[in-house]
Amino acid sequence: MLITCPYCGPRNVSEYTYQGDGNRTRPDPASTDQAAWNEYVYDRLNPAGDHHEIWQHSGGCRAHLRVTRNTLTHVVTEVSFARDAGHRKSERHRKPGAHA
Amino acid sequence: MSPRRATAGGRIDRQRTIRFTFDGHQFTGHAGDTLASALLANGVTLFGRSFKYHRPRGVMTAGVNEPNALVTIVNGGVREPNIPATTVEIFDGLTAESQNRFPTLSYDIGALNQLGGRLLSAGFYYKTFMGPVIGPLKGTRLWMACEYFIRRAAGLGSAGLEKDPARYERMNAFCDVLVVGSGPAGLMAAQAAAESGARVILAELEAVPGGSANWSDEAIDGMPAAKWASSAVGKLKALENVRLLPRTTVWGYYDDNTLAAVERVTDHKSAPAKGEPRHRHWTIRAQTVVLATGALERPLVFPGNDRPGVMLADAARRYVNQFGVLPGEKIAIFTNNDSAYRAAHALKKAGAAIVAIIDLRREVSDAARQIAASVVGEHLTGHAVVATEGGKQVSGIKVQPFDIATASVSGDPRSLHADCLLVSGGWSPTIHLASQAGLKPVWIEQLQAFLPPQPTQKWLAAGAITGSFSTQEAISQGHAAGAKAADSKSAEPGDLPIADADSLDPCPAPIFEIKAPGKAFVDHQHDVTADDVRLAHREGFVSVEHLKRYTTLGMATDQGKTSNVPGLAIMAETLGKPIPEVGTTRFRPPFAPVSVGALAAERYGDIRPERLTPMHDWHVENGATLYAAGLWHRPMIYGLAGETVEQAYVRETKAVRGGVGLVDVSTLGKIAVQGPDAAAFLDRVYTNMFSTLAVGKARYGLMLREDGFVLDDGTTWRLGEHDFLMTTTTANAGKVMQHLEYLLDVVWPELRVHLTSVTDQWAGAAISGPKSREVLAACVTGTAVDNDALPFMGIVHGEIDGAPVMICRLSFSGELAYEVYCGAGHGTHVWATLMKGGENFGIVPYGLEALGTMRIEKGHVTGAEIDGRTTARDLHLDWMLSKKKPFIGSAMMDREGLLAEDRLQLVGIISLDNRPLNGGAHIVEHLDEANPHGSIGHLTAACYSPVLGRYIGLALVSGGKARHGSRAFVSDPLRRRFGPIEIVSHHFYDPEGSRMHG
Repeated sequence: MLITCPYCGPRNVSEYTYQGDGNRTRPDPASTDQAAWNEYVYDRLNPAGDHHEIWQHSGGCRAHLRVTRNTLTHVVTEVSFARDAGHRKSERHRKPGAHA
Repeated sequence: MSPRRATAGGRIDRQRTIRFTFDGHQFTGHAGDTLASALLANGVTLFGRSFKYHRPRGVMTAGVNEPNALVTIVNGGVREPNIPATTVEIFDGLTAESQNRFPTLSYDIGALNQLGGRLLSAGFYYKTFMGPVIGPLKGTRLWMACEYFIRRAAGLGSAGLEKDPARYERMNAFCDVLVVGSGPAGLMAAQAAAESGARVILAELEAVPGGSANWSDEAIDGMPAAKWASSAVGKLKALENVRLLPRTTVWGYYDDNTLAAVERVTDHKSAPAKGEPRHRHWTIRAQTVVLATGALERPLVFPGNDRPGVMLADAARRYVNQFGVLPGEKIAIFTNNDSAYRAAHALKKAGAAIVAIIDLRREVSDAARQIAASVVGEHLTGHAVVATEGGKQVSGIKVQPFDIATASVSGDPRSLHADCLLVSGGWSPTIHLASQAGLKPVWIEQLQAFLPPQPTQKWLAAGAITGSFSTQEAISQGHAAGAKAADSKSAEPGDLPIADADSLDPCPAPIFEIKAPGKAFVDHQHDVTADDVRLAHREGFVSVEHLKRYTTLGMATDQGKTSNVPGLAIMAETLGKPIPEVGTTRFRPPFAPVSVGALAAERYGDIRPERLTPMHDWHVENGATLYAAGLWHRPMIYGLAGETVEQAYVRETKAVRGGVGLVDVSTLGKIAVQGPDAAAFLDRVYTNMFSTLAVGKARYGLMLREDGFVLDDGTTWRLGEHDFLMTTTTANAGKVMQHLEYLLDVVWPELRVHLTSVTDQWAGAAISGPKSREVLAACVTGTAVDNDALPFMGIVHGEIDGAPVMICRLSFSGELAYEVYCGAGHGTHVWATLMKGGENFGIVPYGLEALGTMRIEKGHVTGAEIDGRTTARDLHLDWMLSKKKPFIGSAMMDREGLLAEDRLQLVGIISLDNRPLNGGAHIVEHLDEANPHGSIGHLTAACYSPVLGRYIGLALVSGGKARHGSRAFVSDPLRRRFGPIEIVSHHFYDPEGSRMHG
């Protein structure tokens, strides 16, 4: 399986660490809503098909990435920096010489 | 009569004689022989005993699909079991042994199992190993002993116990076109792709590329096919953009066109050349793959079809054409298709007598009839073989008229003398890799075969794998696939090589089994008969997946290469459904067995990476005994001559508590946390406050996970307004780093904080003991180190003999102590200077054992207590949980279950019988050595405490705090350590901390 890191280019999955379901939102830190915390800490989506996931390029630039991956075919359709949260273009961060 | 070497022919080097040993007997063969061909040439027909029934078995195939002739290769003390003799190239000194026989291959006691054949049918293990549920044998040791012998009776070869000294390595490769298989199709594909400039890898599992060309005896471009193939290989070898990998099995097809292959580099050599690995594992990323994997012939299922001397027809053709070996002298052939007639032709040419061709079909093609007329004694169309005769070798066969329409025999059987029976049940394209990277295989009625499925990855198929069995089709398909894979525009198939062709019919009769009395084997390697399949069906297994698992059909080391399709056909018939409706099980990697050594390669043993501290050499030179902590090597003790480990750490501990000692703490995880929001970030990740920490001060911090359990602890030093140095425990350094990175990237991207791992950049030495300040004062310049300049948890910068150092006054030992950090390159210099400066004060270096002893005496926690299941309260660290702010874990840490009174809590333990305690031992209220039970907790660490003069430990005990002062017992049945203990506070020593604050 290949994941194309927006900074480093296409790399083998062995360079990455799976960091879990990317659909979760952390409750407000001061929140005491136990149901919301329980959902954040323990509940994971497990779709058969496209899934939003967090992967860390732990064997590379160490950035966390938001990855859309099909859990049936392992086809990765979208990758962006988790830090950007969709606001900035990932193109600006690309390492010189890294190919998409 | 036995097999023998033909006087001429074959592609072996008759000038070179090779000596090898099989079951203790010396044999000779020639260069180019496999173990199977060389043994056959020596007249050996009995190769092994079968899995369950210990039936005599010979060699059935000539290649990777062999189910019967499995041997153990012995090399010194190393035994590699279950290797098909058909894949072993002989070399001088090769030693092989047959398997699953006792005492010898010829006289095997286990063959008595055949008498109990009905008991050993499908599901035998499931039915037997339940054990009696009532009666005197219920749950007894006697029953366990019986089970041991039953299990021993069945099986294949056994592995040795010696460590494998061979070296293995891994390679990564990238190419435009990977061609799997080097028969005519593969060679043409590689050639076409290479001509258009593509980077090509051609992988062939056999030693000699060429595939069927090596034994087809056809002509290509007017020359013998084998010669054509070797010249094509020669041309490919000369090209820079082609890498040829012989003896390389492509065994797995993974995502993004990643393929796994294993190359057997030196298995065929008496001794590897310098630097050569035994196996080399390849991970190949290909833009496009051409699968030219050919097809495998399948046998027919009939009674006695496993007797030595029964062989696949094309295997016999290979033995005679490639190895010059006649598998018998009086040969009968039993077939449902035309391809077996080619074997008849080849064997006749080499001098064997073809007794008869028994063809299930009444109507046979003209081409087949012509061959039969020229070579055969009898041509029995519309007949079937219903039995084989003989003991450990075929001596004759029984034939009976057969009707295809009813698939049944009738009329009188008659006997024929033959010492060899060649069988062909049609051909199964080798679609294993295609199936791994595709949808469902497609059943073609006409060919009675599964063809490659629709691809889900980028591959093309060429040659026999597509169901086109002629060499000419292989050539043209191979060329087209190679050109297409390389995206070549100039794919003009103008002057392709011309193969001479016969007009044999590629379509077999749709018959897989001859039903007649006697054991008819489907899966030879797992001893699964046609009746077993039907029995499984009667017992309610109707899904093909369940049938397969219950009977274990196709689950042996050969993965059913000869048995899957016949087995499926019998299942389909039993279920009363057509084959495509029953469907085949999916092929999974590996295609053929892969050595675990090749998979592990350099990740194992001597070449595993290791982490050494900057002062490592000093430790080794000064008598340290090293201890592996993860990848780190850390000094355990610096033992003196004649000292035990306990004597050494007691001496070191006393020296520290009474004077001064130095310990290497470079392995602690160190993370630079920098940026305008660094303090705010630390407030969120630590349970206590860090924004209030003054510059030049350090603070002990505790981290929780989101679920409220403790993650890690350590000190963090504020070096500047926006600059912190965090330390973590050695074991958790990577985990904490990843935790923090996740939070900054995913949860709080707005925080302006940067993290840098600086573990390897700093060397750290902790100097501890009442005299540590005096040693520092003597060594450090540029700063004062007295109590005013350097109070508890203070930080100063200075120099030690010219090397810049950063000193923080903190204590793990409970004594007055300092951690001295310097650049890694200065580590040994600073360490040695401190040792020298401490000489007058009696300084000693101390190791992990003394460090651990002092922390147990102080009741400090480490990874043994922070085990992922303990909360801050369990460890009595609740004073660190800030109520002024939320932090990671604060929302979840007060859940009901985490506040329960009976949770495991940290306590101290004192041995009352003055014997050592062991970490991991259980603690019980009532001792019962015969039937240990009732654990209330366990020891996490133990030592001899010099200050108490007792053996002590730390433990996690249910409701521990309430038990202080009470008696209990350790119960450690594995190490036979039982005895009384007292549960006390974990603060054994100086609970007020007056020594370290002094």
